[in-house]
Amino acid sequence: MAGSSNAFATTGRSRKGEPLVWLTAIGLTLGVMLTLGLLGLVVVKGFQTFWPNRLMVLEVKTGDGLRKLAGYETQERSRRDFDGTVHDEVQIFRGNEEINGETFVYFDVADIVSSEQPDDLLLIERLSGGNAIGRAKALELKDEGTLDADEPGFRDRLATLIDTAEDRRENLRTIEKTKIGRNAKRVKELTLERKLIEEGKVKGSIEAIDAELESLQADFVKLDAERTRIRERLEADALVVESADGREITILAMDLLHVFRANEAGFFGRVGEMFRRIWTFLSSDPRNANMDGGVYPAIFGTVVMTLVMSIFVTPFGVIAAIYLREYAKQGPLVRAVRISVNNLAGVPSIVFGVFGLAFFIYFVGGVVDDVFFPNSVEPVYKSGGILWASLTLALLTVPVVIVATEEALAAVPRGVREAALACGASKWQAIQRVVLPASLPGILTGVILAMARGAGEVAPLMLVGVVKSAPDLPFDSAAPFIHPERQFMHLGFHIYDLGFQSPDSEAAKPMVFATTLLLIAIVVVMNLAAIILRNRLRKKYATSSF
Amino acid sequence: MHDMVQSREEVKTSFANDAIQIDGVDFCYGSSKALKDISFNVPAGEIVALIGPSGCGKSTLLRCFNRMNDLVPGARVTAGSIHIDGVEIHSPEVDPVELRRRVGMVFQKSNPFPRTIYENVAYGPRLTGTTDKSELDGIVEGALRDSALWNEVKDRLHESAFGLSGGQQQRLCIARTIAVRPEIVLMDEPCSALDPVATAKVEELILKLKEDYTIVIVTHNMQQATRISDRTAFFYLGELVEFGETSQIFTRPRRRETEDYVTGRFG
Repeated sequence: MAGSSNAFATTGRSRKGEPLVWLTAIGLTLGVMLTLGLLGLVVVKGFQTFWPNRLMVLEVKTGDGLRKLAGYETQERSRRDFDGTVHDEVQIFRGNEEINGETFVYFDVADIVSSEQPDDLLLIERLSGGNAIGRAKALELKDEGTLDADEPGFRDRLATLIDTAEDRRENLRTIEKTKIGRNAKRVKELTLERKLIEEGKVKGSIEAIDAELESLQADFVKLDAERTRIRERLEADALVVESADGREITILAMDLLHVFRANEAGFFGRVGEMFRRIWTFLSSDPRNANMDGGVYPAIFGTVVMTLVMSIFVTPFGVIAAIYLREYAKQGPLVRAVRISVNNLAGVPSIVFGVFGLAFFIYFVGGVVDDVFFPNSVEPVYKSGGILWASLTLALLTVPVVIVATEEALAAVPRGVREAALACGASKWQAIQRVVLPASLPGILTGVILAMARGAGEVAPLMLVGVVKSAPDLPFDSAAPFIHPERQFMHLGFHIYDLGFQSPDSEAAKPMVFATTLLLIAIVVVMNLAAIILRNRLRKKYATSSF
Repeated sequence: MHDMVQSREEVKTSFANDAIQIDGVDFCYGSSKALKDISFNVPAGEIVALIGPSGCGKSTLLRCFNRMNDLVPGARVTAGSIHIDGVEIHSPEVDPVELRRRVGMVFQKSNPFPRTIYENVAYGPRLTGTTDKSELDGIVEGALRDSALWNEVKDRLHESAFGLSGGQQQRLCIARTIAVRPEIVLMDEPCSALDPVATAKVEELILKLKEDYTIVIVTHNMQQATRISDRTAFFYLGELVEFGETSQIFTRPRRRETEDYVTGRFG
C-alpha cells in the first residue's frame, strides 16, 4: 500500500495556476478591507457623536495668566512648530458661544495646569446659540421670584420649567405655522379673487369677500395677540448659569431644550442620554444652521424621493425592456439602442440634473403652471421639487432596470414559454402570465440596484429641488395633503452641506458622520426589504430546473 | 438515396379520414435542411409514433404541426404543405394561437408553471376567457380525471405543482394540454425522463386518450412504439424511410434501414 499512495502524491505540475487563485483572494481581501474600513470609520465616528462625554474644568496657561474653562475633549493632534518642536494638542469644546466666540479651541497639553470633573457641571442644549456648559446658579421666575440652585426643589422646578417650555413652544409652533399660515393663505386667495372681480374677469360679490377678509383680519389679530402672550411668557422665565471663569449666562425658557448632568450620570444614565440623543437626531428638525438638532425632514425626503423614483422607474424600465427583448426585431438598430441604454448609465449624473432642470422644471413645470396655476404669483411647479427630483433620478437609473430586466427575461427557460404557447397563449399572454412572473426576482434585483444608486445620488438633486433647509414636508395636514412641488431635504445633500457649507466645520463634523451612518443604514434597510421581497418571489415563481 | 423512400402515392392512397395531411414538406434551419420531401397522413383517432435516431428530424416535424418552430429564428417550411382539417396551416390567414388551441403539445421534460396544480390546468381555459369559477372547476376536474391524476391530487389542488413527482408532473402537463380540448395532441418523447413505473402509467393514459384525440408521439423507445401506436413512421437523416402499420413496421419492414433500426443492429 505504501507504494500505491505515491501515485496520488502532489507533483510540481499539478500546482500550476495556484498563484492565480491567491491573486483572486488578494483582490477580494482588499475590497473587503476597504469596505469594512470605511464602514468601521463611519460607524465608530457616527456613534461617538451620540455618546455623552464627561465635562471637565481645565486650568490653562495663556499669554495673560491662568484661565479656567469648562468643556470636553473632542480630539487630539500633533503640531510641528517652525523651530521643529512638536506640540501635542487637544481640542476642547467649550460651548457658550455668546461669551466665548469660538466654541472649539486647541490647547497645548503642556499648558494644561489642572483638570477636574466637578459633579455639578451641566450641559445645556439650547434652541439657538449651540450648547452651554456651566454650573446652575439660579432660576429667575416671573411669578415666583428667584430660586437659587442650592435651595431644595430646584431640580424639580427646573425639570417642570423645561417641560412647560416645550409645551409652550409647541403651542407657538401650531399658532405660527398652522393657524396663521392658513389664515394668510386664505387672505391671499381672497385678495386675488377680489382683484379678478374688480377687473371683471370673474363674477362674484366683493362685499362677501370684504366681509370674510375682515373676519380673517380679526382672527389674525387674536392669533397674533395669543402668539405675543406665549412668547412673552417664554421669555419671562430663565435659567442663570455660571461659566467656569465666573461669568453669568442667562438662558431664557424659550431657548431651554434639555439639561444633562454629564458628570453625575452613571453608565446607564449616559446610555439613556445616548438613546435620547439618537432619538432627537432621528425625529426632530435641524437647528442652528443644521449643526444641532435632527435630520427628520432629510430622512423623510430621502425615503420618499427614493420610493417615488422606484415607482416611476420600475414600470418604465420593465416595459421598455420587454419591447426590446421580446418584440423588437433583433438587428443593428436594436443593438444600437441597447448600447445607448448601457452608455446612458455612464453619463455623469450632473448632466441628468441639468436635463431635469431644463426639461422637467422649465418646460414641463412651466406648462403645468401656465395651464393650472395661471394666477399664481410665484412659480408652483416651475421650480425644484420632490416630484421633479424623483423623475430626474428615475431617468438616471432607468438603464439599470432595463439591463436587469432584459437579462431576467432572457433567463426564463424556453420550456416555460413553449408550454404557455402550446396551451394556446398569445405572445403577450405568455409574457404577462408566465414569463414576467418568472423574471420578477431578476427585475427586482435591478430595482434594488437602482434604489441604491438613487438614494446615494447628490449632484443632480442640487439642481432639481434639494435645499439645505425645508421645514415643510411634502406631506402634511394642509390640503391637498400631498405637495409634490415642494422643495425637500436629502441626507446626501445634508452631508455635503454640513461638511463643506456650514459656518463652523468643526462643530458640524460629528453630524457629518452621524448623517452618513444614517444614510448608509437607510439604504441598507431599503435594500434588505427589497431582497426579502425578491426571495419570497423567487420561492413562489421558482421554475423547474431546465 | 431516393429509391429507399416509399413513393408519395403509395402512402397517400391508404386512408380516407385524415387528421393531418403532410405533403412533400421540406424544412430548413437557416441554410441547413432538416426535412426532405416528407409525405404521409395521420388518420384521425389513431396514435402515430415517429421513430428514428437523434437528429433525424422527427421532433422538427412534430413542432411543425402546431407551428412551434415559428419561435426559432430562421426556421421555416420551404416546400410542401401540411393540412389540418383541410386547411394549410402555414397560410397567412391561419392564426398560430388558434392553431395551438386545437393542436396541443406535451414536451419531453415536464414543464409545469410555477403555480398551483389547479392554476396549471386552468391556465388554458382562462386564456380563452373562461372565468366562471364553477365552470373552471368542472374543466379542471374533468381534465385531471381524464389524465388519471384526480385521485392523487384532489386534496391538494391548491398546492404548488412542483410538489408532484416527475411522472405526476408529466401527467399534469397532459391534463393542462387536454383542458383546452384540442383535437390533436402532440407528444415529444413524453416518457424519456420518467422511470418505468411512471412510464407505464403515462402509456396507459395515452391509450385511454386515444378515444377522444388523435395523437402523434415522438419516441426513442421501440417497445413503447409497439405498445401504444397504431402506425409508425421511421425517419432517417431528415427523410421518411417508411410509414405503415406498427405491426408491419416492426415485424415485416419493407426497407433494410428500418429493419436494422428496429432490431437494434443500426448505429
